[in-house]
Amino acid sequence: MDWLIHPFIANDFMLQALLAGVLVSIACSVAGTFVILRGLSFIGDALSHGVLPGIAVAFLVGVPGILGAAVGAAFMIGGISLITTRSKLSSDTAIGLLFVGMLSLGVIIISHSSSFSGDLTRILFGEILGISTQSLILQLVATLVIIVITAICARPFLLLSFDPEQAQVAGFSSRLYHNIMLFIIALTVIVSFQTVGTLLVFGLLIAPAAAGALLARRIQIMMIWAVVFGILSMYIGLLLSYYFNLAAGASIILVTVLIFFIVFIIQNIRSRKFFSHRGKAHG
Amino acid sequence: MDKNIYLHASRLDIGYKDEAIVADINLELKNGQALALIGTNGSGKSTLLRTIVNLLKPLNGALTVFGKAPGTSPSRVAYLGQFHHGGFILPLRAIEVVRMGRFPMHGLTGRMGKEDDEIVHSAMRMMHIEKLGEMPLRYMSGGQQQRTYLSQVLAHRADLLVLDEPTAGLDAGGRDLYLQAMRSELARGAAVISATHDIQEEANMCDHVMLLARKVIAYGPPSTTLTPEALLETFGIVVTGDKRLRVIESVHGHDHGEDQH
Repeated sequence: MDWLIHPFIANDFMLQALLAGVLVSIACSVAGTFVILRGLSFIGDALSHGVLPGIAVAFLVGVPGILGAAVGAAFMIGGISLITTRSKLSSDTAIGLLFVGMLSLGVIIISHSSSFSGDLTRILFGEILGISTQSLILQLVATLVIIVITAICARPFLLLSFDPEQAQVAGFSSRLYHNIMLFIIALTVIVSFQTVGTLLVFGLLIAPAAAGALLARRIQIMMIWAVVFGILSMYIGLLLSYYFNLAAGASIILVTVLIFFIVFIIQNIRSRKFFSHRGKAHG
Repeated sequence: MDKNIYLHASRLDIGYKDEAIVADINLELKNGQALALIGTNGSGKSTLLRTIVNLLKPLNGALTVFGKAPGTSPSRVAYLGQFHHGGFILPLRAIEVVRMGRFPMHGLTGRMGKEDDEIVHSAMRMMHIEKLGEMPLRYMSGGQQQRTYLSQVLAHRADLLVLDEPTAGLDAGGRDLYLQAMRSELARGAAVISATHDIQEEANMCDHVMLLARKVIAYGPPSTTLTPEALLETFGIVVTGDKRLRVIESVHGHDHGEDQH
């Protein structure tokens, strides 16, 4: 069984990758839980792609990509709330518009500068095998911030997922806590893009949490399942990439989606048995 | 102002920014009193309730809750909306839904203690769902879910209960439990305002009824207000016989699926 741990002991970059992966998994699971519960998938998707031009410009000017990603995310959220408050268009229209706009802008900026050709893949698919200690520390801080905010806002977040109006009447401003939730999602996307890339971070945001939603009866348990599935995908994905020389980011995401479908199928078989049994008992 | 006046409206116009629904509402509700809003779907009942809990702003006129602006005393107001949200995906057990009723008393980080647990359990006992505490909301029937939401309202121990069609989806047993629970809430000193289709039992339990059909048709004690003429104007068709009034609704926004006897 040595082959299961050997790659991480023998190679510093593999251990760094696994550590980064664990941190990203935790952040994505916490944020992803609310993305799933509140039906914010589309905004999560838009954020993960909307940060692209920000990162491209940052690389062009020579500042850390993470700064560019933050500006891109802020622009995206600001734009969505501007369009939805100043017009009668629904938020998914606003999200869709900005999403394709930002994505195209990102690709144009990157393709225009010839020195960028390698960078595009780096941005889209991440570079989990080349994580610096500095980014690891940043990721650790961001993950802690996300956990602390979620713990403090547990009640309004729960009410918001249950019914936004109930939250409002109970004295928790729906708008404020919705924005805090968006901030958590944005922060997750911003710090995660280096590991799995802007194209794939969305998968890590929803697949483990969605699998958790199928299994859990409580939100806390759903989050724990999501963390377990996220870390498992990181580990399996990295191993596959190591032994079969596959793209690491893509392997991880493929594993996480496969885990979702395995849980989905098992859950379906189990509930079918459950219901046919119940049907007999009552019939 | 009289501290016992929990709810007061004078010349109140309600509705949405570009559409007034009901104009010139005057009402007063004191502690221990109940008011039933009666009307078809789309008559303005929900709009009035949503204005009282500050989900909608009054268009004109004065509205006070505990002598203050609506929305300023969340810990004293419990609200049951007509929500039908994605309970299918939400991993929540019944007891967690009921426990949410205690959140307004404790705010963001206040600790919930033994007393809260006892209140939560007694609220669940009141609606006969104490054995369903561990059951996920998504596996419950519509009636069981409604009982859970009502338990949440009871767990709040609020001074003003604002209930939008509280008996929707309940069977006869559930309706009786609800009426019983309301009597004990009133006895505790709380005030209740509810939108209802039940012009027999629930309305007759109230101190006042208000008949709405995009305007105030009548307002007063049930015995003098629920006249065949006023009901006719509210609902369209009314059949009388053996001392019972039966209402056949003529105007529908949408059907909620509950029966109205």
